Amino acid sequence: MTANRRYHAPVWDEPLIMEMSAPGRRGFVPPAPIEAMPPEHLPATVLRDELPELPEVCEPDVLRHYLRLSQETMGMIGVSLFGTCTMKYNPRVNERLGALADLAEVHPHQDDSQVQGLLEIVHRTDLALRALSGMDRFVFQAGGGAGAAFTHVAVARAYFEARGELGRRTEIITTQQAHPCNPATAAAAGFTVVTLPIEEDGYPSVEALRAAVSERTACLMVNNPDDMGIYNPHIKEWVDIVHEAGGLCFYDHANFNGVMTRLKARELGFDACMFMLHKTFGVPKGGGGPAVGAYGCTEELARFLPGPLVEASEDGYVRRENPEGVGRVREFLGNAQQVVKAYSWLLAMGADGLREAADISVLANAYMQHRILQIPGVSIAIPQMTMHRMEMTRFSLAEYTEETGITVAQVQNRMADYGVDAMWLSHEPWFVPEPFTPEAGETSSLEDIDHWIDVLERVLEEGRRDPETVRTAPHRQVVAAIDGARLDDPDFWATTYRAYRRKHLS
Amino acid sequence: MNHPYMPNSAPATRQAMLDAVGVGDVDELFEQIPADHLARTPVALPPAMRSEVQLDRTLRTVLARNEPAEPGRCFLGAGAWQHHVPAVCDEIAGRSEFLTSVWGTPSSDYGRNQAWFEFASQIGELVDLDFVGLPVYSWGAASGYALRMAARMTGRRRVLVPETTDPERLAVIRTLCGPSGAERSLVVDLVRAERDTGRLDLGALAQLLDTDVAAVYVENPGYLGVVETEMVRIGELAAAHGAELVVGVDPLSLGLLAAPGTYGATIVTGPTQPLGVHLHAGGGVGGFIATPDVERYAREYPTLQVSVAPTRTEGERAFGMTLFGQSSYGSREEGNDWTGNSVYLWTVVNAVYLALLGPAGIAELGHTIAGNAAYAARRLGEIDGVSVRWGGFFKEFVVDLTATGRTVAQVNAALRDRGIVGGKDLSTDFPWLGQSALLCVTEVHDADDVALLVDALKEALA
Repeated sequence: MTANRRYHAPVWDEPLIMEMSAPGRRGFVPPAPIEAMPPEHLPATVLRDELPELPEVCEPDVLRHYLRLSQETMGMIGVSLFGTCTMKYNPRVNERLGALADLAEVHPHQDDSQVQGLLEIVHRTDLALRALSGMDRFVFQAGGGAGAAFTHVAVARAYFEARGELGRRTEIITTQQAHPCNPATAAAAGFTVVTLPIEEDGYPSVEALRAAVSERTACLMVNNPDDMGIYNPHIKEWVDIVHEAGGLCFYDHANFNGVMTRLKARELGFDACMFMLHKTFGVPKGGGGPAVGAYGCTEELARFLPGPLVEASEDGYVRRENPEGVGRVREFLGNAQQVVKAYSWLLAMGADGLREAADISVLANAYMQHRILQIPGVSIAIPQMTMHRMEMTRFSLAEYTEETGITVAQVQNRMADYGVDAMWLSHEPWFVPEPFTPEAGETSSLEDIDHWIDVLERVLEEGRRDPETVRTAPHRQVVAAIDGARLDDPDFWATTYRAYRRKHLS
Repeated sequence: MNHPYMPNSAPATRQAMLDAVGVGDVDELFEQIPADHLARTPVALPPAMRSEVQLDRTLRTVLARNEPAEPGRCFLGAGAWQHHVPAVCDEIAGRSEFLTSVWGTPSSDYGRNQAWFEFASQIGELVDLDFVGLPVYSWGAASGYALRMAARMTGRRRVLVPETTDPERLAVIRTLCGPSGAERSLVVDLVRAERDTGRLDLGALAQLLDTDVAAVYVENPGYLGVVETEMVRIGELAAAHGAELVVGVDPLSLGLLAAPGTYGATIVTGPTQPLGVHLHAGGGVGGFIATPDVERYAREYPTLQVSVAPTRTEGERAFGMTLFGQSSYGSREEGNDWTGNSVYLWTVVNAVYLALLGPAGIAELGHTIAGNAAYAARRLGEIDGVSVRWGGFFKEFVVDLTATGRTVAQVNAALRDRGIVGGKDLSTDFPWLGQSALLCVTEVHDADDVALLVDALKEALA
């Protein structure tokens, strides 16, 4: 079996860059000033007395230090089947395009006439996402999916304020399975959050929604399918119920991968939706950004969008403010280079490629589920829902943990010893014990999928035969498992070297 | 044809999976979706462009329609600044390991977490504060979050912000604070700037300050470039009313200018783009938050942050998330504001940048930038009808063209024709400045660049 393939993470025992410091070294020499700053230019009182204690390191050593740290990072060099929002291959041609001076050296305040290429791509990406969703307008300002959820609650505030209803539209309804950013952004925007629990079928019932909806309802914020690969078949009825009460419906399309080209948010009745251009549309995760939460909505809501809006006009592409809009959710057009990469990915995929990708990601998940459920000790969440899951499946190691005492986090750590990137467990709250949620997407090969499952199987066997090895894993990683017991202890935590020296080294 | 991104689109592989699952047609796997949910119309997109040759050419052709800001020929700042990006920064930014890291564990994505810690450590040194979170989307977001932290800490709902704050950033802050009049919003009151110095008007500040003020926000240098000279006094005024002093700083100024931790700032924010990140048409921005390392502040962070911690192996260390439970990942709507993907790839690059500079590099860089900016301002001020509004700036300064009888828009159009990107037009946002532009001069500009600007401006005004 492929789990026999040898692997060991690079270990460098790389010191902190601060620990590499030697007086008098430096890795960068600025040019001398054209003219020295005149002494009267700034009063002495505003100047710095002591130099900051940055490390003193020469250029080759800085380079090698961060190269070694990169080697001590697995990323998607390993086999990564991380569920929710679909990690996938990031075409390197797009990275090269993003680094071109034609894009990297564009200033956001340059005149429209000097950024026609960028504005054209932004506009074309808007049109492509309209085609995929049926929405009337997209903006790319939000710096991630959570930013797009925040865009939605900001737009909703403006919408209800314009209708004179903001005072009484105080509640946002979401589900236990919605990503945490939905309730969190709603609360930050001043709404009260109503969270519907999961029921027998894997989603809240229509009755539960009916009971929650009232004249206080501002919005429904949901994903579908959810992070268990379960699709709520009553979603059109849900949308109707919320609309009848005067609320808005926001579709968190983080789990778009399995339904690309099959579903259109607008046709289902939604007023707004969000796509993640990072991940779903081939843009790198980057360890957590820079990202783009593309937010799309109906014409009715478009007047509340943050500006600037990009439009095609007779004089070329232009940015224009949106007078009734919410201003800004982030500066400028957003992570413009990531929009360009997503556009390139969309061109490369085309309508046929998107359909094929959705097919393959759902097929790959069905294959994984089929194999994983043959492993003793693994069960599926919501087993009574017997239909095929979408592009991911939520599993549980509850039986296995009961049998061996080994937790899913320990299994995750041991799998890393075989070159497998940490699998996704579950967002809060965990409503199945010891959860895990792999997702293959369309870019993981069958061989990688088999390797992943072989590793899981082998690790679970190991746990029965030699539990200590799994419990104390990892053993072939950069470092051993973290002891996080005191991470929330103020006498212990140290987010900077200054704090580390004071609390741990003195 | 097999798509180059999709290994399992090869017919034999696909068939092997279908056989294993036991379905004849992939459509059977979509059984959960009711028929009347399926798209009624096909997706109107062109077919796949499978060849990278064609794709690369197509994108390059469109992007070539941009006229990027050539180093030395661009005098725009105002929220995004063209500094030199060392080649080592680009090399590290392109590393596939950092580029594709997902979430990982402290053991398997150890290197990334260490780089994050090194970022926070170096920011801590620059601002002279001990607790630093991982960055957020932008400086505007960082400042908005910081003001909301102050509101939670003090239980107050009013914040004071300079009227000279960048309108782009202020719009972000306002959106985060909430619409005026809404019950749970923060009230944003603007503090006047002195017309003759560009600095915050302390009299106006004192009048607005009261025991309902959660925070006084000051940027230093301010958006219009001027360095504040009374920061200690401003901090005392804020403290006397029980308000937090939130200070926004350009981290690149901190080799030259005093660290905000030394003059009473209790929460510090700033942009990360100047630290080794290209402009990317605004896609290079990010924002940091730093505070004293005390619980009162630490427990209000909405961000993720990494801390040193031991491992199972004696003497070994790792970097894990501290105070994760108070984030929205940990506590959903009960958490502090909200977090998500941010700009963490740039965070690694920022760490590289500061490590390259070191203490001497950042100090010298500060002097070079301030010296170049002062030089450019002096030369521009020698042109008839052109005046520099205020001295005492770092890298940005206000050039007043009112007396020339031309608008900034006219002048900038003329500069564009000469291959120069002029300053940010302030005439709409700050009518009291007349026809003024905000110019930015940094280490990328040399004497020839300034001469070119001066000559072009003279021609434009002739």
